[in-house]
Amino acid sequence: MDLLRFSTAGSVDDGKSTLIGRLLFDSKGIFEDQLAAIEKTSRRRGYNQVDLALLTDGLRAEREQGITIDVAYRYFATPRRKFIIADTPGHVQYTRNMVTGASTADLAIVLIDARKGVLEQSRRHAFIASLLGIPHLVVAVNKMDLVGYSEEVFDRIQDDFATWAQKLDVHDIQFIPISALHGDNVVTRSLAMTWYQGPSLLYHLEHVYIGSDRNLIDARFPVQWVIRPQTDEHHDYRGYAGQVAAGVFRKGDEVTVLPSGKRTRIARIETQDGELESAAPPMSVSILLEDEIDISRGDMICRPHNQPTMANELDAMLCWMADAPFREGGRYLLKHTTRTVKAVVDDLRYRMDVNTLHRDQDSAELSLNEIGRVRLRTSGPLLLDPYEVSRTTGGFILIDETSFDTVGAGMVIQAGPEQQQMSEEDIAESLAA
Amino acid sequence: MAGPLAEAGTRIERAAPVNLTHLDALESESVFIMREVAAEFEHPVLLFSGGKDSIVLLRLAEKAFRPARFPFPIMHIDTGHNFPEVLDFRDRRVEELGERLIVASVQESIDKGRVKEEPGNPSRNRLQTTTLLDAILEHGFDSVFGGARRDEEKARAKERVFSLRDEFGQWEPKLQRPELWSLYNGKIRKGQHMRVFPISNWTEMDVWQYIEREELEVPSIYFAHERDVFRRDGMWLATSEFLPNGAEEQIQRMTVRYRTVGDMTCTGAVDSPAGNIADIILEVAAARITERGATRADDAFSETAMEDRKREGYF
Ligand SMILES: Nc1nc2c(ncn2[C@@H]2O[C@H](COP(=O)(O)OP(=O)(O)O)[C@@H](O)[C@H]2O)c(=O)[nH]1
Repeated sequence: MDLLRFSTAGSVDDGKSTLIGRLLFDSKGIFEDQLAAIEKTSRRRGYNQVDLALLTDGLRAEREQGITIDVAYRYFATPRRKFIIADTPGHVQYTRNMVTGASTADLAIVLIDARKGVLEQSRRHAFIASLLGIPHLVVAVNKMDLVGYSEEVFDRIQDDFATWAQKLDVHDIQFIPISALHGDNVVTRSLAMTWYQGPSLLYHLEHVYIGSDRNLIDARFPVQWVIRPQTDEHHDYRGYAGQVAAGVFRKGDEVTVLPSGKRTRIARIETQDGELESAAPPMSVSILLEDEIDISRGDMICRPHNQPTMANELDAMLCWMADAPFREGGRYLLKHTTRTVKAVVDDLRYRMDVNTLHRDQDSAELSLNEIGRVRLRTSGPLLLDPYEVSRTTGGFILIDETSFDTVGAGMVIQAGPEQQQMSEEDIAESLAA
Repeated sequence: MAGPLAEAGTRIERAAPVNLTHLDALESESVFIMREVAAEFEHPVLLFSGGKDSIVLLRLAEKAFRPARFPFPIMHIDTGHNFPEVLDFRDRRVEELGERLIVASVQESIDKGRVKEEPGNPSRNRLQTTTLLDAILEHGFDSVFGGARRDEEKARAKERVFSLRDEFGQWEPKLQRPELWSLYNGKIRKGQHMRVFPISNWTEMDVWQYIEREELEVPSIYFAHERDVFRRDGMWLATSEFLPNGAEEQIQRMTVRYRTVGDMTCTGAVDSPAGNIADIILEVAAARITERGATRADDAFSETAMEDRKREGYF
């Protein structure tokens, strides 16, 4: 059994909560007492059936406003897979929550109301999924019962969406006509839509192949913590502990440690359970090296002929998450892998309208929930890859220097001095083409 | 040093993916979180209740830091209403690990007048909050590992892995920091501390499967045993000096077990014959009542009971 993380996004009332409730309910991921509690609430509110959506509305404020306002994590399992759902609110006001939920997802479900078709917000949801590098997209066309389970309606929505999605960096899109309320094509194939030959949603979630999504080429190991027992038994023991970010490390491999650039070999790869021949993402291991070199948290172990770019300047897409706007000249802390440095904003190149993908080059700031392309300079070198190469070594957060709040999420487009990137086709270019 | 040929020779092999099970993936994530805390905070502490979730935490700490010692002590908030089996287990486990144990006592908080027991309510769950906050202050802890999981309860489903608390230990859902990728923000200001939940993404099932896989010992009360119990608020509660039964409440001898370990006065037993971990896993797979709903009287108060207590600094 393996693990699949997916996020869900939809506009208010598209049926997202109902769908999740249905998945949990039909896969026995919800329990009698939870069901009893929502039955009671449904009755009190005068609904004539149990509102499965209540299952996922956690916080008091949400109950008061009747909408989901924060990322909620939900869990269920089938005999094939364990699933982690990041349930994110769909309104533009909550873009930051959607970005948060998308950051760790293997797959995104975008919900569309069959009666309304592809709306501006459906495009935004798909854009965010693509921006955050989610490899698999499911477009669930919901409320098919309200359009007479019509094949034409579904086809039209599919064509509409597919045409537009060519602009996005998503290679795997599955369209599924469903009724979350009645359960059609959610867990089992619908008898009302025999014209649909594809899998049910759950079947797709269980079978979508994610094995090749990991980057197994570009070996990157950010050192997190140095294990030094300093006991007689382990006198000279130095284990460099961390999680493999990308690529495969093997015992005996020649490696380079950055930023020092020193070379050595891997003597052993260990966990508490013993020695390993190799380690791949996302394994947490300790690496022991043949030579004693000075290594600390924030350093990176990689291969001599495949290194990240060491730079203190970078171009990135940034999602702004704070009330106070992001401006040129602003100073922040930047956390990237296990390294935290100071950063200053050199340039806000453009602000992107997340609904139309239009770029506003004249904009002077990013406000809460806005996304733009920025140029940053840092106080010390970072070991960077483009986000499309590795989410771990290409993603970073900005932290406010005084409140210490997390205020921005960045995705590296290009590391290093400015000249180089002029000729580059970057993510944003292809997105807005 | 080998030449470029040697490196080229290993290229093909490199493509071989390593398949991880869901438990491997969860373990790896949790170990990563624990190491982040060790690296970014000055004075972490790990809360240990003797329950299954904190037993898993201890094993994860071993995975994260061995062969060195843990870079933090272990702390037990002792309500004074313990199952004796759990205390025995606690002491044995800590001894085996060779780590340092701090015991913060609710009884002491009561004796010092820091908290008052509510007349008519034998549960000390609420009182624990003050004992915990006092201990955090006294020892200068800036981060506290807890074994809470997001699948336990609705409010927890939205809580971050790094959960910032103010001086009063309060959780403010609206002011939570966004948590992206595996980039945890460990910056705090003076007076604040961080609650860290390394097994946020585990379910009750995952915990039991991991206990089975790792062959971890758990306190005997998790397994079916005979006990004198009585029915109150829809739950089977054990009779004890802390919790006498009322005149109406008839004592019965039953075969029961516990699904959580807590204050004896508000932790309910379940009617179950499960005598080993494999039985428990089957039972969890078939269970139709959530862990907290079945066994914690204090959550049943209101639909928002947990959220209210978390705001007050409870775990
Ligand atoms: N007829 C029909 N109604 C649906 C379907 N899915 C959801 N609904 C209804 O649409 C409304 C909004 O659903 P909800 O799940 O709360 O939407 P959310 O805001 O996206 O979470 C509720 O009244 C649901 O019962 C569906 O497939 N068919």
